[in-house]
This record gives sequence, C-alpha cells and structure tokens, in this order.
Amino acid sequence: MTTTATTALGPTGSAPAARRPRGGGGGLLRFIIVRFLLIFPTIFILVTMVFVLMRSIGDPITASLGGRLTADQLAERIHSAGYDRPIIVQYVEYIGQIFTGNFGTAISDGRPVLQLLVTYGGATLELAFYALIVAFIVGIPLGMLAAYLRDKWPDAVLRVFAILCYATPVFFAGLLLKLVFSVWLKVLPVAGRASTRTELNMSKLGDRRTGIYLIDAIQLGSPAAIGDVLQHAVLPGLALGLLTAGVFLRLVRTNVIGTLSMDYVDAARSRGVSEYRLVRRHAYKPALVPIITVIGLQIAMLLGGAVLTETTFEWKGLGFKLAEYLTARDFVAVQGIVTLLAVIVALSNFIVDVIAALIDPRVRY
Amino acid sequence: MSTTTETAEPRRRVTLWQRLPVVHQLRQSVGLQRGMLIAGLIITGIFLLTAIFAPLIAPYGFSQLRDADGVSFGAQVPPGGAHLLGTTVGGYDVLSRVIWGSQTALGVIVVAVVLSIFAGVILGLISGYIGGWLDRVLVVIADAVFAFPTLLLAIVAAIAISGGQSSLFGGILAAAISITVVYIPQYFRVIRAETVRIKSEAYVESAKVVGSSTGRIMFRHVLRNATRTLPLLFTLNSSEAILTLAGLGFLGFGIQPTAAAEWGYDLNRSISDVTSGIWWTSVFPGLAIVLVVLGITLVGESLNDLADPRLRTRRKASAVPAPTAETSAVLEGTDPNS
Repeated sequence: MTTTATTALGPTGSAPAARRPRGGGGGLLRFIIVRFLLIFPTIFILVTMVFVLMRSIGDPITASLGGRLTADQLAERIHSAGYDRPIIVQYVEYIGQIFTGNFGTAISDGRPVLQLLVTYGGATLELAFYALIVAFIVGIPLGMLAAYLRDKWPDAVLRVFAILCYATPVFFAGLLLKLVFSVWLKVLPVAGRASTRTELNMSKLGDRRTGIYLIDAIQLGSPAAIGDVLQHAVLPGLALGLLTAGVFLRLVRTNVIGTLSMDYVDAARSRGVSEYRLVRRHAYKPALVPIITVIGLQIAMLLGGAVLTETTFEWKGLGFKLAEYLTARDFVAVQGIVTLLAVIVALSNFIVDVIAALIDPRVRY
Repeated sequence: MSTTTETAEPRRRVTLWQRLPVVHQLRQSVGLQRGMLIAGLIITGIFLLTAIFAPLIAPYGFSQLRDADGVSFGAQVPPGGAHLLGTTVGGYDVLSRVIWGSQTALGVIVVAVVLSIFAGVILGLISGYIGGWLDRVLVVIADAVFAFPTLLLAIVAAIAISGGQSSLFGGILAAAISITVVYIPQYFRVIRAETVRIKSEAYVESAKVVGSSTGRIMFRHVLRNATRTLPLLFTLNSSEAILTLAGLGFLGFGIQPTAAAEWGYDLNRSISDVTSGIWWTSVFPGLAIVLVVLGITLVGESLNDLADPRLRTRRKASAVPAPTAETSAVLEGTDPNS
C-alpha cells in the first residue's frame, strides 16, 4: 500500500543494484547472482521479525486453547509441541524448518501449512492474475491519456479517479460491486469461485486438477464451466484490480509527463513525427520500464489486498484461510502462512528485478 | 524548492505564515492543482472537526442500543425517522457510529504518525550521519520490511501487542503501534537519504571545523534541513494508516464495538447484510473511509506535485512576468508550458 510513496522514494527493488559502483563489469549474470543472494537476508529478517513478534505473547497453544483446557492438559500439549524449551532453541529449530520447507502445522485442524499452499495457493494466484489484468487494461491507457491531456479536464477527472481507486478499501469496493451487480441487478454471482455444479464437475478431473479454476474449466472443455468461472471472477478481479489500476495510472502519467518533456521528444516533434507516434514510441516505451519494478512492489500489495478481497467474496484462497485462522486464534497457522507469503514476496521481487534488468540495461549497474 | 512567486516579486517580504508548509504550497499552486489542494484541505478540515466534536454532533452514543426512554433501536432499521442512516445488525445507530468512528480514526492516525516520525527520524538521522555497519544493517532491515505486505505485518504486530483482543485505549494503541511498525522504514529511508546528502554540504563541514559536537550537528544542522519532505510523507501515511486500521478492523482485529466505533469493523459486520440487500450498514461507514482518505490524499498528492518541478503547473509567463524574462530567452525556453 505504498503507492505514492513509491514514486517519491524510488523503487526499492533496484536499490541494492543502484548502490553498486558503475562499470563493475560482469553484467547480467553477476547482477542476477548478487540479487539472488540478497533474497536470503530479506527472508531471514522477515522470518525473525515474525517469529519474535508472534512469540512475544507467549506460547501459541495457550493463546489458542487457553481457557478451554485444564492447566495440566495445556502443560502437556505445550510440552509435547516443544514450546517449553528455551526460545533460542525453538528459534534455531524454526529457521531450520523453514529451509526444509516446513512452515509448521495448524493447531486447530492439524494441517501442515505447506499443504495449505498446495490447496489454496492456486486460488490466490488466480485472483492476483485477474487483478493484474484489470490493472493493466485500465491503468496504462488511462495513464497515457492523462499525461497527454495534462492539466485539461480529462486529466483532472482521471486523477481523481486514480485517487478514488486508492482511497477505496478493497473490501468496500467489493461490497459495493456485490450490492450493485449481484443483489440489485442480479447479473453476477454474490460470492465463491464457481457454482456447486461446476465444482462437482471439476472434481471429476482427479489428479489433473490444478486448483486454478480457469485452467481446470478449460481442461473440462465445457464452455459453460469456463463461463461460470469467469462470471465468478469478474467482481473480485475488479475490486482488487482497480486498487492497482489507480497506482498504474498515476505512475504512467508521471513517467510519460517526464519523458514527454525530454529533448529527444522535442527533436522528434521538430522532425515532423506524428503526435500519435510521438506518444506511442518516444514517450511511452521508456516510461513503462519503472512500471515493471513497481509491479514487484504491487505483488506485496496484491497479497495484502487478496486477504481482504477473499474474505469479502468467500474466495477460498490463502488469504481466506488466513482470516479463518485469525478468527480461530490459531497463531501457528497464522505465523506459517505469513512466513510463507514473505518467502513468496521475496522470490517474486527477485524475478521482477531480473526481468527489469533484462529489459533495461541501466538497472544492472 | 525555490518559488516562482518569490523570484517574480523580490521586494515582497515573505512572512513566517507564508512559509508554513501547506500555506506556502497553497500560494504556490495555480489552477487545477490549487483546486485539488483546496478540495483536499476542506474534506480534511471537515474530518478533523467531526472527530473533535463527535460527542456534540452524534445523536447517540457509539454503543447505545436504546433511546432515552429505554426503547430498543431495533436491528437493521432502514434509514429515516429517528435513525437518519438506519441501524446495524447489532442494533447500533449507523450515523452515530460513522461520526464516532472519525474520532477513533483520528486517534490512531495521530498516535501512529507521531510514533513513526519519532522513531523513523531518529533512526534515519543516526544511520545516515554515522554510517558504517549500523547503516548497512538498518538499510537491509528497512528494505525487507518495506517490501512486505503492510497489512500482514500489521496483523502480526496486532497479535503481538494485544493478543487480538482490545479495549478502547488498548485497541487504539495496538492499532497505532502496529501501523507504526509498518511505516517506520518509510520515514527512515527518506530521512536517511536526506541526511547522507546534507552531510557533505559546506555548512556541515564548517560546523565540524568550528568544533561542534556530533549531536549538535545532527540535530541543529542536519535535522532542520532534512525535514523538507516530512509534510508530504505525513499526509500519505495518515491515509495509509486509515486504510490499514480499516483492514485490521475488517479482519476482526480492530476495536470491539462496545469500546469504540471503528469503520472497518462495521463493514465486516455488514458483509451478510449486503447479500440480503441491506445497503445502509455498509455504504455509510465505507463512504466515510473513502472521503477521509480522499481528502488527505488530495492534500498529499498536491504537495508531492508541487515539490516535483516536473509536475508543478507553472503560472503562465504572461500572468506573472518574471523580471528576467525580457532579457533572457533561455528562461522562457526552459518552461515546458510556455
């Protein structure tokens, strides 16, 4: 949720790269290796922070089951889970477990957190994918338009629209969309990822199920199923996507304004290059590179937003489960999911930085 | 950030009032930008007044279920009559809770922003001025936290602080501290960057030569000049703090309804109302969030644009003729709007 601040502070992802001396040589491969190694301190810091914060309230068993069990039963559960050992021992053990991919096991239903990723991760990924599509389709063309018509009334309208996108919490946007399209107009489903019939059909796929409903529906080969899945995706995708669209709009506008005032644009204009071509080729392309870096930051924001969107639409993904475990006060599961998401964010930031370096050589140095 | 007005009218004295952060930008702005800034200031002003005078404006208390005669309000009463905006599923008056909610929001913003400015500025100053390994460690930590989803971090912090249950004061404090944890890195980064820049300025060197202590240089020379961007960050963070607070409330980590009114919590309660077509329980608290964030963001955006010469709308050269304009053709050429 650090939208405007991002433009003010500069992209964080490339900061380590920018600090390196110029002309260091090595180029792309060296950049990728250094950037990859930087993932580890990041993950380590976040895992440590989450661990310390979560343990500052005491052991998770008392927090979850305290009051429901007798003191003896509690003590036994705590002992068998190893929470009565020194905190340092537990910490070292936890770090070790993270590296082997063990993110803990939920107290309330006994499911390993990593299994939750397999079951629910697809849904969150799918939602983030729809949201990004909405953000691209809405944000980038409108941002270009606003930059080109700078300080005229369409620019004013678009800027207020962008701020509104940012100012509206995703869950409120979701509730409004639901109210209008599902309850009043009755054109789109209220909640869920697919109707019961489609879900039943999908269960026939057996092992070929991916958990990403769109792919599963395509595998089924039934247009009705695909339509059903897409219908369910419209409102959650819009709610989460508009938030990001506002960010893209503002970023594209600022960058295109910057490039439009460059000397080479003036030079091209004086050569008689058409206005359309001027915007499309000369101003637009260089303005898009920073967007790739910002997408990296957006992944963090999308995941945060996904927790809220999934709760609003009963979209059964990782965020929905996280909210469920929060309500159940199952803090082992919460810690596991949050840590898992931290790893995902760190990895996706790495990938985005590498893509940015591939496109724009300046990032590598 | 030199101003067009000052260079245009060199003989005019610039008073302290005119140099105050927002007043200065208001005078600097023109046209559309000024409109957005003024609109933002008005909305923010209304929010502040509502929050301060909530006890006078609100028709009922935030946790009141019966009127003066002891008659129950009733649940999910449509807007109109005694309840202008209706009542919630729990039987609270929606209007009252929306008004009281502004007080909670303001409290959280003030505590969160003051705490994070305090911590972020001190850390940034020390890290930037002293440098060395401490600086590197702090930068890596700040970068890691900065890239993490703010809401998730706030959830973890809220669990750590209040164990997920909150009284009024505890709830506000827990929400504020969890938001603080998230935003310290932002202040840290900005102040550190400024400090590193200012450290090499001539006046810092001369202060060193004169023999000023490190503490005196840091707080007298560097800090005073590094706070330039704070008003901007302040507004941006206030709006983000409201959204984070609402997000926490929506996930059930906010403040209990009997302790204080909180918009995010009310929205969470209204999810099932929406499905049955009851719109007033969600629309009004939601609109309150949108309006407040919109107002504060408009102010912040305008400040941001005015601070960035690429985005600042300049006065037309003809409107305020600069004294140098007649003699210098270069000046005219550098103005993108001319």
